[in-house]
Amino acid sequence: MENLISRYRNLTILAILLFAQVLGLAIQVKRSSENSTTRLIRIWALEAVTPFERGIVWVQNGISNLWQGYFYLRGVRQENRDLKQTIEQLKIERASLREDAEQAHRLQALLGFKEQYITKTLAAQVIGSSGSEQSHSIYIDKGSRDGVKPDQAVITADGVVGKVLRGVQEHVAGVLLINDQTSGVGALLASSRLQGVLRGTPTGEVVLEKVMSDEALKAGEKVVTSGGDRIFPKGLPVGTVTKISPGPELFLNIRVRPAADLNRLEEVLVITEEERKEPAVASGEHLRAVDILAQRLPSVPDQPADSNPNAPPPPTSGLKIAPAPNSQMSTPSAAPARVKAGPTETLGEAADKPQPTRKKTVPVPPSPPPVTPANTGNSRPAASQPEVQAESPKGQPREPQPQPQSEQPPQ
Amino acid sequence: MPITYTSNEQVEVYRFSPPAAILIPLLAVFLQAFVPLRLHFFSIFDLPLLVVIFFGVARRNPVSGMLTGAAIGILQDALTPSLPIGVFGIANTVVGYGASSLGVKIDVDNMASRFLVTIFFCVVHEIVYFTIASGLVGITVQWSWAHELGSAIANAALAVGMFAALDRFKQRT
Repeated sequence: MENLISRYRNLTILAILLFAQVLGLAIQVKRSSENSTTRLIRIWALEAVTPFERGIVWVQNGISNLWQGYFYLRGVRQENRDLKQTIEQLKIERASLREDAEQAHRLQALLGFKEQYITKTLAAQVIGSSGSEQSHSIYIDKGSRDGVKPDQAVITADGVVGKVLRGVQEHVAGVLLINDQTSGVGALLASSRLQGVLRGTPTGEVVLEKVMSDEALKAGEKVVTSGGDRIFPKGLPVGTVTKISPGPELFLNIRVRPAADLNRLEEVLVITEEERKEPAVASGEHLRAVDILAQRLPSVPDQPADSNPNAPPPPTSGLKIAPAPNSQMSTPSAAPARVKAGPTETLGEAADKPQPTRKKTVPVPPSPPPVTPANTGNSRPAASQPEVQAESPKGQPREPQPQPQSEQPPQ
Repeated sequence: MPITYTSNEQVEVYRFSPPAAILIPLLAVFLQAFVPLRLHFFSIFDLPLLVVIFFGVARRNPVSGMLTGAAIGILQDALTPSLPIGVFGIANTVVGYGASSLGVKIDVDNMASRFLVTIFFCVVHEIVYFTIASGLVGITVQWSWAHELGSAIANAALAVGMFAALDRFKQRT
C-alpha cells in the first residue's frame, strides 16, 4: 500500500487537493441560501489587495486633479461665459418645470400615491473588480464604517449600477453589477409600463425577462426600476431596449443596454437612506390638485354679466373658477386662481399650509355672491372678497361647515 | 527508460526566491482585479492562470505546481464575491499539476512551445471551470469555442512576453 501511495504520490496529492476543494465548494453551495457569514479568506484577500488599489486610485486622482486643476485650464473663460448663458436658460426652464412638478406632486397627493425619495447617498470610488469574465462585480472604497450595508442600491448619475453584496468590510464593499448573471432587478418599461426582471447573462449582457410575448414593444424604449425588488427606488434609469426577440416559453427576450457604463465605472453613489412618503404640497402655493382638476372639469355656464350681483348664489353643482388678477396658470409668476366649492367656502387660501395644519377659510356672513369676471363684467380680482381665516383655539384647524350642495373635493 | 522530449539542459529544474514566489502571484491577482476597471478588454486575460502555468513548467514539480495553482486559484476566488470559493481553485490546481507534469516531458523554454502549452492549458482551465460552475455550483454558463480559443490565443500571446520577463526571477537549483 505504501508503495502504491509513494508510486502515485503526485496523483494522490492531486486527488486530496481536489477532493478538499470540491467538499468545500459543496458546503458553500449548500449554505448559500442561508445567511452565511463572509469567509475569512475573502477578508484576508481583500485586506491584501485593496490597500494597493486604494493607493493607486489615490495617486491617480491626485495626478488627475493636478492636471485638470492647474494645467488644463485653456478656454475656461469662454467656457465660463457659455455656462453662465446656459444657466440662465436653465433657470427659465427650471421655473416652468417646477410648476409641472408641483402639479404632479399635488395630483400624486390627491391619489394617495407614496413616493420614494432618495434622502442620502454616499459617493464611493471604484477600486477593484473581480477581474473575471464570468463574474461581474466591483469593489468600492467605502464600507461599514461609512454606513454601507448589504443590499443597498448603487447608482451613478446615468443609472443603476448594482447592489452591495454581503460581507461588507470596514472600508471596502463588494458590489454586484446588474450585468452579472446572479443579479436581478425589478424593472419596467417606461412608456408601456410593462414590468419584468432585469438579469445579467453569462456574456455580461443585460436582458429583461418575464415580459409576455404578446406585448408590442420596440427598440429604444427606456427601462426604469420598478421598485418591486425593495432595493432600487422606483424610477431610476436602468437602460434602453436594444433588441427584442422571442424568448423561452411565452416570454420575450429583451436586450437592454445599461444606462450606466458598467465597463468604465470610476465613481458611484450608494443609496444609504431612502424614505417613502406622500408628496407634500409646496408651501406658499395657492393651487391644489382639486383646483387643477376643477379647471379641467365641465362647469355650469356662467351667468350673464348684467345679472343681479346681490342675488343669492346658485347651488354649485359644478365648480367654478374665479381667476385671480393676471391669471395665467402656466407661468410661474402668475397669481393663483381660486376655486369656489360652494357659496360659503373658498379654497383659495386653503392650500397655503400643508396638511394637516391647513387653515380653512370661510367668508364673513352674510356671504356676498362669488365674484367672477362672468358675473361682474369687469376684471375685479377675486382676491378682494372679504374673508377671514377661521382658526379654532390653540391653533387647531377648524373643520369647515358642511355644505349640503357643495361638492366636496376628494381628499 | 522513459522517453522525454527535453534535452539535458532544458530538464533543469528552477526555483524562485521566496519574495518572488509570493509577490509575483499577488501582483498577478492584483493586476487582474485592477486593470480591467480601466482597460475593460483586459478581462479576457487571466494573469493568475499564466503565473500558475509559468511556475508549474519552471519548477517541474507536480506537488509544487498543484499547490501553487490551488493557492492562486483560491486567492482569485476570494476576490470574486459572486462565486463560491473553490471554482478557480480547482481549475488552477489541475492546470498547475498538468503544467508541471508536462514541463518534465517537453521543452517549455522556447517561445513556440510556451505559446502552444499556454493555449492548451487555457482551454483545459476553461473546461474545468465550466464543468465545476455548471455541474457543482449550478451557474448557467455559456460555452463558445470561438470565444475560448480566442481568449486562449490572446493569453498565449501575452504569456510569451510575460514568461520571458519572469525568466529573470528563475534560479538554478
